[in-house]
This record gives sequence, C-alpha cells and structure tokens, in this order.
Amino acid sequence: METPTIANSGRKPQSKILIEDLTVCYSDGTESLRQINLAIPENAITVLFGPAGGGKSTLLRTINRLNDLADVVELTGHLYLDGRDVLAKDCDVIALRRNIGMVFARPVVLPMSIRQNLTYSLELAGIHDSTRLNQAVEESLNAAALWEEVQDRLDEPAVKLSGGQQQRLCIARALVLKPEVILLDEPTSGLDPISTGKVESSLQTLKEDYTIVLVPHSVQQAARVADYAAFMLDGRMIEYAEGKLLFTNPKDQRTEDYVEGRFG
Amino acid sequence: MTDSASTPSKARPRNTKRRNLIQRLGYMGMILAAAITVAPIILIVVYIYSRGLPAISLEFLSAMPKDGMRAGGIFPAIVGTFWLTIGTGVIAVPLGVGAAIYLSEYAPDNRWTRTIRIAIINLAGIPSVVYGLFGLGLFVLFLHFGTSILAGSLTLAIMTIPVIISTSEEALRAVPNSFRVVSISVGGTRWQTIQRIVLPQALPGILTGVILGLERAAGETAPILFTVASFFLPRLPASIFDATMALPYHLFVISTQVPGMPIKIQYGTAVVLLTFVLIMNGFATVIRSRARARRQW
Amino acid sequence: MMQSRSWKEYLITHMVKVSGYSAIIFVVMIFIFLLREGSATIIEVPLKSLLSTRWYPIEGYFGILPLIGGSIIVTIGATLIAVPLGVCCAIFIAEIAPRWVREILKPLVELLAGLPSVMLGFLGILVIAPAVRQILNVPTGLTAFTGAMLLAGMAIPTIVSVAEDALDSVPRTYRDASLAMGATKWQTIWRVTLPAARSGVLTAVMLGVGRTIGETMTVMMVTGNAPVMPTGLGSLFRPARTMTATIAAEMGEVASGSVHYHTLFFIGIVLFAISLLINLVAARIVFRQQKRAERILS
Repeated sequence: METPTIANSGRKPQSKILIEDLTVCYSDGTESLRQINLAIPENAITVLFGPAGGGKSTLLRTINRLNDLADVVELTGHLYLDGRDVLAKDCDVIALRRNIGMVFARPVVLPMSIRQNLTYSLELAGIHDSTRLNQAVEESLNAAALWEEVQDRLDEPAVKLSGGQQQRLCIARALVLKPEVILLDEPTSGLDPISTGKVESSLQTLKEDYTIVLVPHSVQQAARVADYAAFMLDGRMIEYAEGKLLFTNPKDQRTEDYVEGRFG
Repeated sequence: MTDSASTPSKARPRNTKRRNLIQRLGYMGMILAAAITVAPIILIVVYIYSRGLPAISLEFLSAMPKDGMRAGGIFPAIVGTFWLTIGTGVIAVPLGVGAAIYLSEYAPDNRWTRTIRIAIINLAGIPSVVYGLFGLGLFVLFLHFGTSILAGSLTLAIMTIPVIISTSEEALRAVPNSFRVVSISVGGTRWQTIQRIVLPQALPGILTGVILGLERAAGETAPILFTVASFFLPRLPASIFDATMALPYHLFVISTQVPGMPIKIQYGTAVVLLTFVLIMNGFATVIRSRARARRQW
Repeated sequence: MMQSRSWKEYLITHMVKVSGYSAIIFVVMIFIFLLREGSATIIEVPLKSLLSTRWYPIEGYFGILPLIGGSIIVTIGATLIAVPLGVCCAIFIAEIAPRWVREILKPLVELLAGLPSVMLGFLGILVIAPAVRQILNVPTGLTAFTGAMLLAGMAIPTIVSVAEDALDSVPRTYRDASLAMGATKWQTIWRVTLPAARSGVLTAVMLGVGRTIGETMTVMMVTGNAPVMPTGLGSLFRPARTMTATIAAEMGEVASGSVHYHTLFFIGIVLFAISLLINLVAARIVFRQQKRAERILS
C-alpha cells in the first residue's frame, strides 16, 4: 500500500512501519485482524479509529509483540519496522519493546515512587549510573509536560498523583528509553478535558522526534490530532488517508457514516 | 412474598413489622452462633494461662527434665520443636513458593496444570497420621534415615507444602495483572517482572502463609510420632540424624502416659505451646494489616 | 550479558516448573509407600475377617468395621455441631457484623485454627470429659460425643474462613438489587447471597468434614479408645475408636512386618482413599462453579 501523498508538496513521507497482509486471530474469535495493509509514516501522528472490536488495540499490540502474552491461534503476514520484520522468529523481542513505548487506556503506575517508575525500564536495560538515570528522569518528565508539577516530590509514591498526572507519568515512562515509536491506546479515556488537552499538545511536540500511533477515544479527538488516519471496521482496514482529507471528505460510505455519527 | 403494591395499605404495617421481627431474631441467632464459637477460644487461652503460668520459670524453660519428666525443665522439647520447624521451613518454603510461582505466573491452562492442582488439593486433605505412616515407610525405613530430625522434617515439609502453595498463589494472583503487562511492554522478561514487581508486592501475603503453615507444622503430633519423636532423651540432638523430643508430643505423653505427673508441669508445657501459637498468629496479623495499609494499588 | 541473562532465566524457569510438578510426585509417592506396606493385608487377612466387627489384634481379630464406624459416628457428631455454627458464624462475619467486630473475630477464629490438636485433646481430658461425665451422667466422659465437640472446634475455623470468603465474593450488585426491591437484609442473606455462594459454602463444609475425618490426636485422647462397633445414636455417648486413633495408638507397639503392622498401613490406605474422594468431589464443585461464572461474565 502506498503512503498518501502530502497535498501541496508532492512529497512522500518515510514510512517507519510497513504492515503487509497481517492476519491475527485470537482463540475466542474476538478482535481479530484480517489482511491488514498499512504504511505508518515517520515523525507523524497516525490515528487508528473505528467502532469497538474493530481490531485497533490488536494492531497496536502486534507492533510491539505484546500479543505474545495473549491466546493467539493464527498470525500471518509481515510487520516491518525500519525494514526488519518484527514477526520473524529471530527478532529480539526485548530490544523491540525497548524501542517502542506504549501507553495504555487506564493509567497504570507501578507501585513505586515516581522516580522508580521511570528508572524501572532503565535498570532492566542495565543502566545503573545515577547521573544518567536522573537525567533521563528529568528529560522524559519534561517531554511529558509533568516535570514542573513533580520535580520536588520524585520520591513520593506514584499512586498519589491525580489521574491526569498519572497518565502523563505513563507517557514519560514510555519515553524514558528514547524509543523510536510510541503507541497510545485511548490514552485520555479516563481524563478530564484539561488533562486531555495537555496530553494532546504534548503529542504535537513529541511527533517531531517520534513516530506516533494513536487509538483515540472519540472521533473528535481523532480529527483534532491526526496527521494520518486509518478507519478500521471488523478487523479490516477500510480507508486510509491524510487526516484532513479523511475527515472532511471520506471516500468510503462506511467511513463517512462513522465519522458522521450514524453508527458507533 | 406478597407484592406490597397490591396489598391494601392497612395490611402493610403488619407485614413490615413481621419482617423486621424475623430479622431481629435472625440477627440474634447469628450473634449467638458467633459467640458460642468465639467464647471458648478466649476461655481456653485464659484457662491455660491461669493454670500454667505459675509453672513458667527460667529453669522450666532452659533446664533438662529430671525424675522421668516429673520435674525440671522442658528445654529439649523446645529445642527439638525449634529444629523441626527450621528443617520443615528449609524444605517446604522453596518448594512451596516455587510451585506457587509456577502456577500463578508460568503454568499454561492445560490438563497437566489441572492435575497439579488436584494433587495439591489432595495433599492438603490427607490426614496427618497418614503422613506419619508415609514418613515411616519412606524416610525412616526405606531410606534408612531412622527416627530422626531429617525424617521428621521431610514428613512435616510435605505436609506443609500444600498450605504454603495455596496461600502464596493467592497472594501472587492478587497482584494486578496490569503491572505485569507494563513491565513486559518496557522490555522486561517474565522472571524480571516476577522478581522486581510481583514477588515484592506479594511478599506480605506469602510471608503470612509461611508463618501460619510452619506454626501448624510445629504443633502437629501425628506425623512425628513415628518419624522423630522420642520421649525421654538424656541429651539434646547433635545432628539431623538424631531423634529428638518435641513440644506437642511431650504434652501428649505427659498428659496421658505418665502416672503422677504434676498438673503444673502439664499446664506449663501447654502454656509454652500456646504462647508460641499466639506469637506466630500475632506476627501474621501484624504483617497483614501493615501490608494492607501500605499497599500502593 | 544477553547470554547470561537468558541462562539465568532458563534455569529459574525450570526450577520453578519442577517445584510445580513436585506436588504430583508427592501424591504418587505417598500412595506407593502406603501400598507397599499395606497391600500385604489383602493376602494376610481374609476379607471376611477384615470386614468383621471385632478389632482385637492381639488375638488376631482384624475387623476394621468398628474403626470405620467410630470414625463415622464421631464425624457425624462433629459435623452436626460444626456446620450450623460455622456457617452461621461465617454469615455473621461476612454480612452482619460491623467492621470493628470483624477485625476482632477474624483473628480469633484464626487463633482457633492454629491451636494444636494435642492441646485441645489435653483440655478435653482435663476439663471437657469430666464435665460431660457429670452433666450427662454417663460412666465416663471419654466418649464419641466429647470427641465430636472438640473436632467441631477444629473444623469450625476451616468452615468459617472458606465460607466467609465465598460470601464475600458474591458481587455487591446482587445484594443491592435485592435491597432495592424492598427485601430486608435478612431476607437478602437467605434468599440471594447464600444461594449465590452455595458452592463455596458447600466446599467449606466438605473441607471441614475432611479435616474432621483426618484428625488424630484429639480423638485419640478423648474418645476412650474402645474399638466397639457403634450401634445407633446412643453410642455417641459411649467410648469409641476412630481409624486415625488406631494407627497412632498402636503403631508404636507393632513389630515391623507383622500382620498388625500391615493392617495399620491398610487402614491408612482407606483413610487416603476417603480423603481423596472428598477432595475430588469438592474440587469438582469448585471447578464447575468457576466455569459457570466464566460463562456468565464473558
């Protein structure tokens, strides 16, 4: 599948992730993917949206092989990250996951201090030098727009933060290993509008350095943030285009119906 | 039950009154049941302490027995129980917690795992005296360990393992799965996740289970009857191949087999055993409530 | 570093797996060794003699029926006392008692669970048996009934804690729905909560019964140790002897390899089989309830 041409410039963006004929089936038949073809451009926000059960989370979890934990009965196709197939048997899954940051729908903070939440993945990767750790902590909290609020209580339990702060901590945690790709699965679904706004504006800053794939929790959010958008229904990719184009002038009738709110 | 909407309003107050009366009586019945259950516990503790505390002295706790157990101290029994408990713990805790980790974190959902679980349920239900027979047959006779701390500890350990497995597995499963998912998603391996997040969080629960399991093992008599216990030993055990005295067995013998045994000594021995139980239970309760207060999830 | 990490991971995974499978090994070993020493009985003692009602090993009578009968009557007595008390206590703790009462009751029940059987037997001899003799006006206080009472005391904590867990895990929504329809709390307990926790409570009772059948020291010390075949309810107030007490009392005096020795192991096999049966049935109930719950919630 071709990456869409950016209007006005005729330039084709680099595709960071290339998905070819991907089929994933769970043992209970839910949320599977059927013959997905998709190219995700570098340094942009690609949005996967659609009604529940459409396979968006499954696709996200296939990218960082988190699906290995689930009961998958069929997995065919290819998923290339920088040209290398992550679904191949010789793929180093640990290194892959360190290179991809993931943020989940409900903020999940580890039962440790704020600092330890961030240094956890660094220590797993063998980094123990305290200067490096502190630096990474500060950088990632800054990138997630949380540094000012927590800088003088880094050793307090992370669970004491508010919901919005916890989610931004999760974003910081996803950034701390300096991954190339960030996956976000409905990151603002439990948050109030102000926190949501903060998260969305951080994403706009982050996309300059990272490739972002996002599952939004509403069509409106998708329309707000998407550089590129893909509409998924029942495990299939229905339509994929630049954000502005897809939401104002969808080509497929089903896409239009969903965007207009006629079903969902 | 009559539908109150169709009952004429005159009848409704009577209906409600009757229901409330039944509830009142029912509650009283339940309170009575709880009281009947719990009062004896308190009475037992008070009674044993009141009769046995006079016998407790430094000599009683640290001296060897004299005059066929009718005087002197019960030191060897205390030492014997101590070593047996440690021996049991050394064997039962690694195996039990290891098995719990396997069942909670690694085991796939297949027939083999179900078989393991059935085996555990069965081990938990086997009567303690049957464990004694087993210990006699395997450790004392077949493996020629003789009546020894080794044989007794092995027997008690196998008896305690199912208890430790079930309490530990419960503690491990209580840790939210989302923690594991997060750890894997940042590149952790399964064991790293267990070692750094799951185990530390489950530790209070596991510890409580271990304490209560070992407490039960220390108080058991039947499994050690044929495998380790001796009534009158002139010296303390020198190695794990020696037989030894033990508190519960000692209490049994002095209250049933020895004529002319002073009542004070019997109650004194009971007090030592009871104090041990109270201390262990106390530890377990404290660990549990502190963990609940400091939990970060 | 990658190599050493995967080595360590591999080793630990396998050690953990071995621990997991050890449970099966233990059960099999126990069965084998019981069989090894006890199977000779089938050959040595003719079946008719084994199933007679006279247990008098010194003169060669190895009828195990009085022992089984003793176990049964003590168990029935204990169950009749322990089940109502235990279930009602569990209901009280789970549904009725205010929080501060719960915080006191639960540790107390746990304390009862921790009391060694020999200690209860000890109190039985010195306190309960004389009381039974005086109050019920029987020749001796060492009766099946005394044993039943003490055994009930040992079974109750098991019943209370498992049943209380089961009641606790009934979803709040069930109770709320019932109360919203105008039922009293009492009606809710009996018509909604308890039926919903039915299988858990049943498991609790079975585990309690299992504990009762397997108890050794307490019964050995207070039931009078007379291997007489119990006949009818009156024998509850006469001495009796359980299978477990027989093994414990006589094992120390038998010659290794004798018929008596083998028969005691045989009784052990019978006990093993009974507890296997009870636990399999209890496990079945739990598994079936779990499957149903999964279907409902999925």
